[in-house]
Amino acid sequence: MIFHDFLIHQQYSRSFIMHIIVNGESQERSNPLTVANLLESLDLRSERVAVEVNLKILDRSEFPTWNLQEGDTVEIVSFIGGGASQQRS
Amino acid sequence: MNKHSFPDPLIIAGREFGSRLWVGTGKYKDFEETRKAIEASGADVVTVAVRRVNITDRNSENLLDYIDPKKYTILPNTAGCYTVEDAVRYSRLARAAGISDLVKLEVIGDERTLFPDTAGLIEAAKILIAEGFIVLPYTNDDPIVAQKLMDIGCPAVMPLAAPIGSGLGIRNPYNLKIIMETVKVPVIVDAGVGTASDAALAMEYGADAVLMNTAIAGAKDPIMMATAMRYAVDAGRLAFKAGRIPRKLYATASSPIEGML
Repeated sequence: MIFHDFLIHQQYSRSFIMHIIVNGESQERSNPLTVANLLESLDLRSERVAVEVNLKILDRSEFPTWNLQEGDTVEIVSFIGGGASQQRS
Repeated sequence: MNKHSFPDPLIIAGREFGSRLWVGTGKYKDFEETRKAIEASGADVVTVAVRRVNITDRNSENLLDYIDPKKYTILPNTAGCYTVEDAVRYSRLARAAGISDLVKLEVIGDERTLFPDTAGLIEAAKILIAEGFIVLPYTNDDPIVAQKLMDIGCPAVMPLAAPIGSGLGIRNPYNLKIIMETVKVPVIVDAGVGTASDAALAMEYGADAVLMNTAIAGAKDPIMMATAMRYAVDAGRLAFKAGRIPRKLYATASSPIEGML
């Protein structure tokens, strides 16, 4: 871990709690938290979902190493039943 | 025809599909009914939507527990996208969630008709094709737009028969026929089918496949209707390949005159 990362780590470790938005819902989470940790805590199988953090789509291989940060907006999507367009809800 | 006596695979972008009936997965009572109807339809391409997962109900089931991605080609769609940006974003998410580059691209232009925004469709298709997607565009029954979609690299086009979920059948058979004649990629009639004869007709006109959802899911007995659609698509395809007789105004006797008393 380089020194800068170490400082950031220390800073967040002291607070332990961070706020992130998951699928539109504000959540309090302990820090550090990887995307893989988040999926696991939600009982979601990583091979069935796609994850976007602050509008960046992650590669599945990044899930275990991607650390979520205070204020991150996370979208977790999956396939659902649908044939063609529905009206806007 | 798939699994029957006339093997006739549909080939799109080098992929071979056994069934010429493609189905959606929306509007069913539950996943079990979805599974049974798809099985009865004989379809091997199944379209799905991309949505947020339910993070509050931990026990919510996943569609893919019922529709095995090893058995079916999962075709994600961008249903509900009204802008190029959304359609591109949903396509990228679908690719990240799935295993293939296939996308049924929809850019919807209007809520009442759900007609495609064809200008947006072409724009989004260009972006996605440049990123390596195999774009199957849901388009209008407009031969020029179909031509343009082919020209920019769509390996198939999916013109509508009628508005999504309307069940009106083929509203513009002449335009569809022109598309089938002029476009050199497979034509999949998508949306608007109401009953089996609509599907048979589309195939008789020369469609390479038919995609439907509501006509099956909304029937009183979806599983029975799925079976009917399977036969209709097969019958229409066989009739198209066999070549229909010309229409004539007057009768032509089918029994010989010779030998009559």
